[in-house]
Amino acid sequence: MEYSYNDLKKIANECRKNILEQVYLASSGHIGGSLSCIDILVTIYFKHANIDINNPKWEDRDRVILSKGHCSPAFYAVLAEKGFIDKEILKTFRKLDSILQGHPDMKNIPGVDMSSGSLGQGLSVANGMAIAGKMDKKNYKVYCILGDGEVQEGQIWEAAMTAAHYKLNNVIAFLDYNNLQIDGKVEDVMNIADIADKFKAFNFNVIEIDGHDFEQIDKAIIKAKEEKEKPSIIIAKTIKGKGISFMEDVAKWHGEAPKEEDYKIAKSELEIGGVI
Amino acid sequence: MIATRESYGKALAELEEKNKNIVVLDADLSSATKTKEFATKFPDKFINLGIAEQDMMATAAGLATCGKIPFASTFAVFATGRAYDQIRNSICYPNLNVKIAATHAGITVGEDGATHQALEDINIVKALPNMTVLCPCDDISTKWAIKKASEINGPVYIRLTRPKVENVYDENEIFELDKAKVIGDGGDIAFITNGITMHECIKAKDILKEKGINARIVDLHTIKPVDKQTIIETAKQVKHIITVEDHNIIGGIGSIVADVLAEEYPTKIYKIGINDEFGKSGKWNELLTYYGLDGNSIANKAMEIIRK
Repeated sequence: MEYSYNDLKKIANECRKNILEQVYLASSGHIGGSLSCIDILVTIYFKHANIDINNPKWEDRDRVILSKGHCSPAFYAVLAEKGFIDKEILKTFRKLDSILQGHPDMKNIPGVDMSSGSLGQGLSVANGMAIAGKMDKKNYKVYCILGDGEVQEGQIWEAAMTAAHYKLNNVIAFLDYNNLQIDGKVEDVMNIADIADKFKAFNFNVIEIDGHDFEQIDKAIIKAKEEKEKPSIIIAKTIKGKGISFMEDVAKWHGEAPKEEDYKIAKSELEIGGVI
Repeated sequence: MIATRESYGKALAELEEKNKNIVVLDADLSSATKTKEFATKFPDKFINLGIAEQDMMATAAGLATCGKIPFASTFAVFATGRAYDQIRNSICYPNLNVKIAATHAGITVGEDGATHQALEDINIVKALPNMTVLCPCDDISTKWAIKKASEINGPVYIRLTRPKVENVYDENEIFELDKAKVIGDGGDIAFITNGITMHECIKAKDILKEKGINARIVDLHTIKPVDKQTIIETAKQVKHIITVEDHNIIGGIGSIVADVLAEEYPTKIYKIGINDEFGKSGKWNELLTYYGLDGNSIANKAMEIIRK
């Protein structure tokens, strides 16, 4: 089925509710960055990813790696919305014996193509999948979601070199550029500017967008898919905590779970957000 | 005479003919790790990542998720040191089918010195769940180890060394993953060892024989899962046990043997290895003597223990 941008917006709002629910019930988890990357994930999963929920290990499928694995609530919400996992399971997030570990575990969650959690490794893994695809003459794409703080890891730049060197045009990376990391503003902790120029210098196809505008996300992916030589990175300006007013652009909501009072306010905001 | 790293390079090229999913990764050391032969024969299945071991390990993980059987090669010190977190989180945690062929392990790296001599790699990899750890000693056992690694569905670490060595085994020797090899049936001394120090223990065994002391050698070619039964039987049958390794005595096979015996059959053991210090430059055989790991030193230590 074809989803309109308005459909995507509704799905993303449902996901935001599920993100809030997971983190609230677990009394832990990373809500801020989950809310900043959810619109990207929804667009990938509902508009582009060539996947089969009845056959999660299908060889020809597109791959998605959440390299910023701490934003698992966003990942799990989308997988549930898509039908890979039961929505009821979301309530077990981070609890003993749940398949929904704090960080994504490919061994136990259908639809997770790679375990992640230790930052900086996802782009290398994406390259490995992309090289395998080229070896086997398959047409799948590999999506990889990076955090802005994450690109401070040196391995990201090793992988960036590799992706360009091997002309991995089947790699489509996203940078969730919300400009906040645990210790504060990215530019204060360790400035990554000018990140677009850095990736251009590494010979990437660089596309800059508003990461909460579904049309822009969609068109950026279409453009990235058409790229013939270079790996792509879509630098998406986002807002940490997007959708919940008091969480927006506030570093403390990187890894803090809302208490009951905050949860109620947040939930009511998202309920209104759901009626478009 | 052939180094185990060279046997590895040759085994890879042979393996490709049997298994088309084999791919090989290196980090700018293909002429030293001997993956160059494979690279020349199968350029489309060889990926050089440049001097970027972390990227190499995680790229191998990505390849493995797509059904490839990647062999990632670099020196043991970089494989386990530089890329530890990638091996832990991107290979062992998801139990991916990546083979790490770590060459130039131990002080027998020689002239390059301490920065290049991995003396803690066994300790690091044996502590990772899902990991199998192999340490063959000659051409025959290395070829077995590489083939076996390709058949195991999960991560395997293969410890290889730089110097050329004689064959210990003959072509028809049959190896089993969970079964250590026992050479000789001497009841005075057992050397429990593997890899490069196998050859020195064989020399020590011969020296001791001339002096009327009967030794046997237990080859722990598989470090994990370790053959507990053979270790326990050896402790029951032999008067003295000495572990010999080109590795720190903290966390190497001496520690593994001590662990097994402490739980199952408490026995005093003697450990010969690197005594918690870094290595240094020198010719590999000079270094073995310097650290008491050559055949003569091992034999002397054995006699000292017997005389006590």
